[in-house]
Amino acid sequence: MSDADRSVEIEVLRYRPEQEDAPVWQRYTVPYSDDLSVLQALQHVKDELDGTLSFRWSCRMAICGSCGMMVNGKPALSCQTFVRDLLPGPVRIEALAHFPIERDLVVNVEGFVRKLESIKPYLIPKHPRTLAQGEYRQTPEQLEQFEQFSSCINCMLCYAACPQFGLDPEFTGPGVLALLHRYNADSRDGGRAQRMEVLNAEEGVWSCTAVGYCSEVCPKHVDPANAVNQNKVNSAKDYFLRFLSPKGAT
Amino acid sequence: MDVFKADVAIIGAGGAGLRAAIAVAEGHPKLRVALISKVYPMRSHTVAAEGGAAAVTQPHDSLDAHFHDTVSGGDWLCEQDVVDFFVAHAHDEMVQMEHWGCPWSRRPDGHVNVRAFGGMKIERTWFAADKTGFHMLHTLFQTSIKYPAIERFDEHFCVDLVVDDGRVQGVVVIDIASGEFQLIQAKAVIIATGGAGRVFRENTNGGIVTGDGMALAYRHGVPLRDMEFVQYHPTCMPGTGLLFTEACRGEGGFLLNKDGYRYLQDYGLGPATPEPRNKAMELGPRDRLSQAYWHEKQKGRAIDGPHGAVVHLDLRHLGEHKLRERLPQIYELAVQYLGVDPAKAPIPVLPAVHYTMGGISADGKTASSLPGLYSAGECSSVGIHGANRLGSNSLTELLVFGKVAGLAAAQFATSTTHGNADKLAAQASAACQRALTLVERRGKGERIATLRREMAQSMEEGCGIYRSAQTMQATCDKLAELKARALQVQLDDHSKGWNTEWLLAIELGFQLDVAQAMAHSALQRKESRGSHQRLDGFEQRDDANYLKHSLAFYDGDRAPRIDYGPVKITRSRPGTRAYGAAGEAADAERKAKDAHHV
Repeated sequence: MSDADRSVEIEVLRYRPEQEDAPVWQRYTVPYSDDLSVLQALQHVKDELDGTLSFRWSCRMAICGSCGMMVNGKPALSCQTFVRDLLPGPVRIEALAHFPIERDLVVNVEGFVRKLESIKPYLIPKHPRTLAQGEYRQTPEQLEQFEQFSSCINCMLCYAACPQFGLDPEFTGPGVLALLHRYNADSRDGGRAQRMEVLNAEEGVWSCTAVGYCSEVCPKHVDPANAVNQNKVNSAKDYFLRFLSPKGAT
Repeated sequence: MDVFKADVAIIGAGGAGLRAAIAVAEGHPKLRVALISKVYPMRSHTVAAEGGAAAVTQPHDSLDAHFHDTVSGGDWLCEQDVVDFFVAHAHDEMVQMEHWGCPWSRRPDGHVNVRAFGGMKIERTWFAADKTGFHMLHTLFQTSIKYPAIERFDEHFCVDLVVDDGRVQGVVVIDIASGEFQLIQAKAVIIATGGAGRVFRENTNGGIVTGDGMALAYRHGVPLRDMEFVQYHPTCMPGTGLLFTEACRGEGGFLLNKDGYRYLQDYGLGPATPEPRNKAMELGPRDRLSQAYWHEKQKGRAIDGPHGAVVHLDLRHLGEHKLRERLPQIYELAVQYLGVDPAKAPIPVLPAVHYTMGGISADGKTASSLPGLYSAGECSSVGIHGANRLGSNSLTELLVFGKVAGLAAAQFATSTTHGNADKLAAQASAACQRALTLVERRGKGERIATLRREMAQSMEEGCGIYRSAQTMQATCDKLAELKARALQVQLDDHSKGWNTEWLLAIELGFQLDVAQAMAHSALQRKESRGSHQRLDGFEQRDDANYLKHSLAFYDGDRAPRIDYGPVKITRSRPGTRAYGAAGEAADAERKAKDAHHV
């Protein structure tokens, strides 16, 4: 049978608060091809079958971080998840777990963004430089210390994978803790002490129960579990050093 | 309707919008900035830029060399004084990004590394692996969080500008989550909404790249300049159009036809040397490479594939280690999307629409003809790209002109006051009603996707790599027809919150207006220059008649009126645009001439 004759069933968990009190599953039939992504299947629904289906997407190439959703129960970017790997179907699609649903596959991102803003996610220079002084020197080895943690696309798959975040929405969570570590581990940065407050708080690193599923689902190999673990060590050091120095560890 | 009073409103929070916001906040900390974006800032399409950002860096490089590469690369349709400003300010902006934490790739000694790029004589492209746009965008977004004066309106969709008393005074937005309208009053407005590549079928752009800001300015009488110049990037993924960065070739990749032959040597780009040679072969400019593909296809020397004829991007000789270090994203895209391991097999590629060289007509300081309105980034035409942009000049442009726009808008805002609130509110209400008409109409009409598909197909047929009057006219006619049909589209969704179908309908209106500006500007330019190549008796560049910018003026339901404006030539007279060995000879000749004049 050629691709042209084939189709695949997809089931989407719909939630439209203006029309319905509770989520309902809806089934669609979509033409199949070997290079069909889950995102393209949803786009087909939106364009041809049902314009009321709402979801976020943009770049189609796993870098903008918009299109995270649960595909057959697993957090995934729909643009880089291919239907060929999910046959025979039906493919079941839901909004990202652990987030409040605004509508259909659209979750509320506000909480995540507030956390991101709270950790001072910008370079706090150890030694300020003027433009005329040129760039900081940073060797490839120093870059490697944080480069991986700077690759987070804020897709929040790790939050959907994190059982602790599921229990406690206040938990800073893997992605933001990885970003915090990204700046702390940057040889140009001197802001670690200012960020320790978030790290040491109840909702900081110590909430993590080391399940590691966050790193497994990360589409960019950021390995947030590793970042959280390194910061448990830093947080512990900070805790002990605080008794030795009135200003805390630096 | 809620009203928010800002000093400066910025539409679009990609690289240019964020850089502008930071410039306002740093330079004028007391001003209130409203930063409006239809997506969260880190989703903006700057994120997808891969290869790098150009700035003269090495001791043997010069501002003059960057200037000449850019001006000749643009086939002399550049504003030369603006290009001078651009190349002079590029390096400071790169260093500024470095100070803000951008993880630029480094040399062993700790200095920032630079790579070769198409049409650039000397390596001057700063890069962060092959995710430069991503890193720049996140660095800018995260840095912007430092400034309390920046008030973000994330996921707010701009439907119109409010113009009163001869100047722009605010914008009307929809809060996407609630569907509620809001008026953001502002003393100055910066448009930084990116390009319009989605009006074409096969393109590298994200779904949000729909020309919103261009259409907004255009509808308020600001001309769109040089819209016929649309860049096809030569190495994209068949079917989806996703981008394989020019850095693939900067690092030494080859382009091969079905015989395994480096066909670019047949198109004035040779000689073919095994090592990459700047401004030659695979490091030629994008317009020439996309045109060469077209000819190979005509000659039957391309390779048939399920999504049309392709050529091969061969990276095998670079080896897995280098590919993983320099081109990690490309590596993964090829494996995941195409099932091709680029260390073991060549990647099938074809050209796809990538960039709109033209945009909102702006002077060298980003000001438009409408007082208080500024623009920066891909949506803007400050005049540095001419008829063909060089790879890695656009990321730099975001920074250099984002900053200029921020400072210029702030200056304007401090020199004026908010206008009459009642009059502005009345205008805003009218804009809301227009937007609501789309969502409230019930009856029998067509689907948005049908019109969008026909538009994109027609743009590809009429305004592709090679053009002729007949096909361009057909596209112009088609667009007029689609504009009429768009008045009758029928939505499935009549709800308020997260009604993305409604937003798609508004975007389709923006796209049709921008597409018309492109098609009519193209039809009326009776010459070939840069990315605008004709096959119908106008195959040559015609400086006598067309060394000038096109200006498309909006004319409601009628076709746009096309006018022309002068090109600023300061020190580079239009010459032969040559690459490869011929280019080196031409360079030597130019230098000899310059020396003679001095």
